[in-house]
Amino acid sequence: MADRVLIMGIGNVLWADEGFGVRCVEYLSEHWHLPASVTLLDGGTQGLYLLPFLEEADTLIVFDAVDYGLEPGTLKVVEDDEVPRFMGAKKMSLHQTGFQDVIATAQLMGYCPTRLLLIGCQPEELEDYGGGLRDVVAAKIAPAVRVALSYLAQMGHVAKPGRTESDLLADPSIMQGAYEAGRPSEDEACRVGDARFFPAAD
Amino acid sequence: MVVQTPNGFNLDNSGKRIVVDPVTRIEGHMRCEVNVDEEGYIRNAVSTGTMWRGLEVILKGRDPRDAWAFTERICGVCTGTHALTSVRAVEDALGIEIPDNANSIRNIMQLNLQIHDHVVHFYHLHALDWVNPVNALRADPKATSELQQTVSPSHPMSSPGYFRDVQNRLKQFVESGQLGLFKNGYWDNPAYKLPPEADLMATTHYLEALDLQKEIVKVHTIFGGKNPHPNWLVGGVPCPINVHSTGAVGAINMERLNMVSSIIEKCIEFNKNVYLPDVIAIGGFYKNWLYGGGLSSQACLAYGDIPEHPNDFSPEQLHLPRGAIINGDLSTVHDVDVRDPEQVQEFVDHSWYEYGEPGKGLHPWDGVTEAKFELGPNLKGTRTNIKQIDEGAKYSWIKAPRWRGHAMEVGPLARYIVGYAKGHEDITEQVNGLLRTMDLPTEALFSTLGRTAARALESEYCGRLQKYFFDKLVTNIKNGDESTANVAKWDPSTWPKEAKGVGMTEAPRGALGHWVKVKDGRIENYQCVVPTTWNGSPRDSQGNIGAFEASLMNTKMERPEEPVEILRTLHSFDPCLACSTHVMSPDGDELTTVKVR
Repeated sequence: MADRVLIMGIGNVLWADEGFGVRCVEYLSEHWHLPASVTLLDGGTQGLYLLPFLEEADTLIVFDAVDYGLEPGTLKVVEDDEVPRFMGAKKMSLHQTGFQDVIATAQLMGYCPTRLLLIGCQPEELEDYGGGLRDVVAAKIAPAVRVALSYLAQMGHVAKPGRTESDLLADPSIMQGAYEAGRPSEDEACRVGDARFFPAAD
Repeated sequence: MVVQTPNGFNLDNSGKRIVVDPVTRIEGHMRCEVNVDEEGYIRNAVSTGTMWRGLEVILKGRDPRDAWAFTERICGVCTGTHALTSVRAVEDALGIEIPDNANSIRNIMQLNLQIHDHVVHFYHLHALDWVNPVNALRADPKATSELQQTVSPSHPMSSPGYFRDVQNRLKQFVESGQLGLFKNGYWDNPAYKLPPEADLMATTHYLEALDLQKEIVKVHTIFGGKNPHPNWLVGGVPCPINVHSTGAVGAINMERLNMVSSIIEKCIEFNKNVYLPDVIAIGGFYKNWLYGGGLSSQACLAYGDIPEHPNDFSPEQLHLPRGAIINGDLSTVHDVDVRDPEQVQEFVDHSWYEYGEPGKGLHPWDGVTEAKFELGPNLKGTRTNIKQIDEGAKYSWIKAPRWRGHAMEVGPLARYIVGYAKGHEDITEQVNGLLRTMDLPTEALFSTLGRTAARALESEYCGRLQKYFFDKLVTNIKNGDESTANVAKWDPSTWPKEAKGVGMTEAPRGALGHWVKVKDGRIENYQCVVPTTWNGSPRDSQGNIGAFEASLMNTKMERPEEPVEILRTLHSFDPCLACSTHVMSPDGDELTTVKVR
């Protein structure tokens, strides 16, 4: 496939609604089977580390919590040239400064994907360190993902119900369920026997 | 009024007050206020962490084996270092020993992060304090090429055509109105001393460094399974090794090891051909600007890192040195025991926290993180619009850690001064070589430029160490040892009912410690004392100023309304407040604002 798509969630899961972007990507991986042309990435709190991923993509779809001064839970979608400009309008957290720099840097270096789509959600609460998504924001994960899927479909990348495996998502202990339940279950936390981790353990 | 601090600084807050808020081009938010006298010298300095940190609170009750995954998320840069510190703390508490390969792989990852961070810091955060990219547009590409060949004859990219191309690219970028990365500079300030050709050379290397850094981090992808946020594991590393044809998917095979090897070579080349020569060349134009030493000639602290053997953190076994220097006495390097409740203590008399007893210091194992926001009577402005902070009262979200009561500088310069004072062979040779090349006395080390140079030297040294541990790893694998994890004590039923441990690393920015208490298989207390807590600390109960504050003292400002000098020195610490503090209030789109009062 000529057109490679990177779907990335950014934000800090430790700051309540800041985790929106990362949770959207997790949700996508758990509910939809994406074609091989699409890469799913938890961008987390990172900035320049994301450059290699941008370089390999023709289209970039970003989920993020962005403050537009709207009603909490409002989704706002912007495309292409609007993306960096819009994100510059009001910074709500550190990584957005970082991400703007990443886009600018990618443009300077000629790595920037030709198409950009930012699916943003107005946060309700950021000041609850260690907290999870507020209901009004959590309720927008599925609609936000639908926006991404229809954009993908228009480009000819068809998603089917199912799952997408990706090595680029968060550690299980901080995935939404485990994180918000306060502690992972014994099964999730205990990785003994997992070939990926302990091939030589007898 | 002039007040002398116990650590030897004369503070005079009578002059004009300058506020820089927020200080940008750092990971996190800070505010800085200084008083300058009539000749423009800084005579009082106040550094405020404007965010609250609360990581400790959210780890309570979690599985200690998962703590690394949380700590990795507190920062936008040094994720791996926090994860490493966390797994070391838990292993220490539970008495878990890691295998030799895990030690080598962890060292390679940690060294890789040092190099990545130092390169990114110099070219993307700090260089703009010395280098003027706008001035680079006026450079003659041919003269730039000649300069490049003088500065670093072995660097292959040095033709006039190459520099002309870069210059054109820059011009286009600037003309398209996307100055983004370079905006808000004080580009006509006389504090900038480079000729246009040196500016073009350095700006070109900014682009080369961008290309390089995205290669460097692939080491984390290979050993950590992914990047950003690589995987870590209590008991070892989460990557299986299998150099034979069959084995687990994703295992480390020869192909991947060769990739690591080639990345290590690239790091070594870049340090040798680009980074070090640039620091020497740029530094050469600023040899008379030896401000910013602050505490570095007085009090330096390093925990040490990069153990030769797994599970052995005794000082003689560490490649990055451990030790403490106090009272400016370089002839005595004290050993550091971070378990000793008398050595590392955090004070909160000038921080927005409360212990319930004034003047009290707490060792991190007994650390308490309870917020108490209150402003002093001499504050100017209001609670929500602070015009001038009252440093006589509480004034920062950063605690004040002290070593045996002393305010300390940590970081590359502190490591190098401790190493130099101890007679560490590689460090002494590097430092003497640099001083000779630049024709500078030893005292020049204690400066902002010294900090910047120490980082470049360390990047070079880390490159060599990375190769050393890679060779060690490969030899061990060839001898038939493929073990990367010890899972004998993975199951919580094997743990003691109560345990406590400490993990130490030398993060790129300095000494980093995590202290953990485990009870009934869960985290009971978790405290991180991060490098920027040391360097960015406010005054303590005795009135000692912290490393940032000390470093600004007695600096001459060319134009007080353009705080190039303040930014230069603060950036030289590579401050990272994302983990030393936590965002307190939303920040508008305001960029660095400077208020002169």
